Amino acid sequence: MNSKVLSLIAGRIGVALVTLLIVSFLVFAATEMLPGDVAQVLLGQAATPEAVAGLREAMHLDQPAIMRFLGWLGGMAHGDLGHSYTNRMAVSELIGTRLGNTMKLAAITAAVAVPVALSLGILTAIWRGSLFDRAVSTLVVGVISIPEFMVATLAVLIFAVWLGWLPALSFGGSTDSIWDILRAYAMPVITLTFVVSAQMIRMTRAAVIETMKAPYVEMALLKGASRSRMVLRHALPNAIGPIVNAMALSLSYLLGGVIIVETIFSYPGVAKLMVDAVATRDLPLIQGCAMIFCLGYLFLITIADVVAILSNPRLRH
Amino acid sequence: MTDKTITNWTAADDAMVEDALRRGASRRDLLRMFMLGGIGTIAGGSILGRATAALAATPVKGGHLRAAGWSSSTADTLDPAAASLATDYVRCCAYYNRLTFLDEHGQLQMELAEAVESDDAKVWTVTLKSGVTFHDGKTLTADDVVFSLQRHSDPAVGSKVAALAKQIAEVKAENPTTVRITLTAPNADLPTILAMHHFMIVAAGTTDFSKGNGTGAFVSQEFQPGVRSVGVRNENYFKPQKAHLDSFEYFGISDHNARVNAVMSGDIHLGASVKPQYTRVAEGHAGVVLSKTTSGNYTNLNMRLDLSPGDKAGFAEGMKYLLDRELIKRSALRGLAEIGNDQPVAPISAFYNANLKPREYDPERAKSLFAKAGVLNQPIEVITSDAAGSANDMAMILQQAGSEIGMNFDVQRVPSDGYWSNYWLKSPVHFGNINPRPTPDILFSLLYASDAPWNESQYKSEKFDSMLLEARGELDFDRRKEIYDEMQVMISNEAGTAIPLFLSNVDVHSEKLRGLRPSPLGGQMGYAFAEYVWLDA
Repeated sequence: MNSKVLSLIAGRIGVALVTLLIVSFLVFAATEMLPGDVAQVLLGQAATPEAVAGLREAMHLDQPAIMRFLGWLGGMAHGDLGHSYTNRMAVSELIGTRLGNTMKLAAITAAVAVPVALSLGILTAIWRGSLFDRAVSTLVVGVISIPEFMVATLAVLIFAVWLGWLPALSFGGSTDSIWDILRAYAMPVITLTFVVSAQMIRMTRAAVIETMKAPYVEMALLKGASRSRMVLRHALPNAIGPIVNAMALSLSYLLGGVIIVETIFSYPGVAKLMVDAVATRDLPLIQGCAMIFCLGYLFLITIADVVAILSNPRLRH
Repeated sequence: MTDKTITNWTAADDAMVEDALRRGASRRDLLRMFMLGGIGTIAGGSILGRATAALAATPVKGGHLRAAGWSSSTADTLDPAAASLATDYVRCCAYYNRLTFLDEHGQLQMELAEAVESDDAKVWTVTLKSGVTFHDGKTLTADDVVFSLQRHSDPAVGSKVAALAKQIAEVKAENPTTVRITLTAPNADLPTILAMHHFMIVAAGTTDFSKGNGTGAFVSQEFQPGVRSVGVRNENYFKPQKAHLDSFEYFGISDHNARVNAVMSGDIHLGASVKPQYTRVAEGHAGVVLSKTTSGNYTNLNMRLDLSPGDKAGFAEGMKYLLDRELIKRSALRGLAEIGNDQPVAPISAFYNANLKPREYDPERAKSLFAKAGVLNQPIEVITSDAAGSANDMAMILQQAGSEIGMNFDVQRVPSDGYWSNYWLKSPVHFGNINPRPTPDILFSLLYASDAPWNESQYKSEKFDSMLLEARGELDFDRRKEIYDEMQVMISNEAGTAIPLFLSNVDVHSEKLRGLRPSPLGGQMGYAFAEYVWLDA
């Protein structure tokens, strides 16, 4: 660690606090603008004017919006995320269990997708223009264009219904052995790997090829370095910056954007929680989820920047 | 039992055979029917076997049932008063009991009550069964019933049946096993109203419902809103026939495809309420059964009689003739529906007026009615949404029919989100979706009385209102039926609500799941299946 990295982290924490404040205000305002409120949603078709007014009063929704926002902010300052409007459970408790699930899925997916994407990206850069490169590139474009619900549904149909190798649902089944856990996670992880690694492969390939054009790589070539040494020793270290940034962006998607996978495999993660919260206009829960997504994104970007600095000798010293 | 010889036989056809059987068709009639369809007698015989197999079976004790409903969110609740979705009803039925309930034939049965009696339909005496205990060991007393009924009037509870509970003027415990209910006005339907899912009995003073402390056949072991709930058999259950299952797990898979896939792969035993267009893949899949029930759920087209164009005489009637009910049933609903006659009482109800025939599709008649109303060739906005059952499909069929007679329907598809508060009841021509209600009185007072909160077409008739009041206090069945018959005719002819079909509910389940019988009260045996079903080893 050096002073540059420390000051970057300190600066990021400051930025994070300001961003969270702005985001929370924007999310609050956006939720207020949505038609209907939690009292109407909870009563559904039974929402007569008297019933709605009564429930609103009981839930303290009749206070002015800005007072509710400040009240929530005050609680937040003490680390209290508030209570869900719909089921009166603590938001931290609701998010806590779900976040664990999401992190587990994201971590396993990252552990599979990152090595795969990196090696495919680098290999296609090394053998640029070869048959292998073209085959992988075409496949990647294909995978980007197929929507994930299609991949997921087809995977279930083939592996769970026809072949019967894997369970159709990822949650609630037996988790007694490592084998069961692997089976349960196999399909969501494959689906997500398809989605996130396509972009990483293309970014890695482009970044490596870009640095291959630099004069020092040409120098290495003239000195008689092998193709793989040229790529791995000379080009790759300088391409790390853009590659980790692309990865951070792809992985941040795993945090809040996997709603389709969560729905199809019945996996209780935070993305579904956020969608539920918006559908029921459950403000404390929406805010809580938004804060988590925002923090996760900032965290990943910061890591990417730190890695970029550490990998660059000019910035490191 | 799979029939490899038949390639295009589906559960819809199974249902047709079952229907025919129920109407008393003989084996020979059916075989003739199959011959006409090009099916050999041998295969035909095996289909018959399948249709009647459900009748003979002995319950097996034990097993862990996994079932999935169509929705699950953080709004899931174990509070019966707040229950709003089928998934909530399923949980409440497993953990709690009602004073009365309706059996699979629509007949009233006593559950926690020993008797519910009245001389004048205004003051009712409820006698409770003795020896009933809650899951936490407390004995059921009259105080629990008083508490359970009174809380619907508290606005902070947000009860779904607050409007119905308004008629309860006083609930009083006479002694530990007797409750006296005094109504604001006579209502002969009170015992049936008490059979609604929202009127489950909870322990007096309960404020935290997450434990699901009731008297029901299962004890709640785990409840995570939006994730899952798990219940284990209540060994102290007051009914001699306790639950067959050791435990049952319920959660939501909102994607229809995923739910059907999970049943086919054997991950769950039951996937509830699958939309007709998704059932095809499960039909004929080995080990998978489709269970169809038609209750009072319908998607309707509302023409407000106080707004243009519904205020012009003949418009609403024309729209009723322009709905091609057979086509909607066949193409949009894959046969999983029963044709309706523009009034809300379902064919399974004892009060259904069978003499009131559904309107035939008659575009010429519709055209002349529209010409009379002066709306022909005018663009008419029709609001539809996914939120309202099969509304989108119906709107498309209506638009097509309209274009053939020179009517230009401007179909506006709006988002589900906020549909009920922004469009339903408000737009001049829009779709609605009404869930089953147990009695004609509730349907009429909710939807058609002049002061009805959901008067979808703003239908107002003093005669109708006075008939409603008269029938409500009438304890004699025949006289009530007579009044309700006439009221159904009035709605069909005068109100601005076209009710083309009653929708069937289809539950997809594994062959291993036994004892699941169709119930007129809704899918999953009126949501109470957990207590009655068993798993074949």
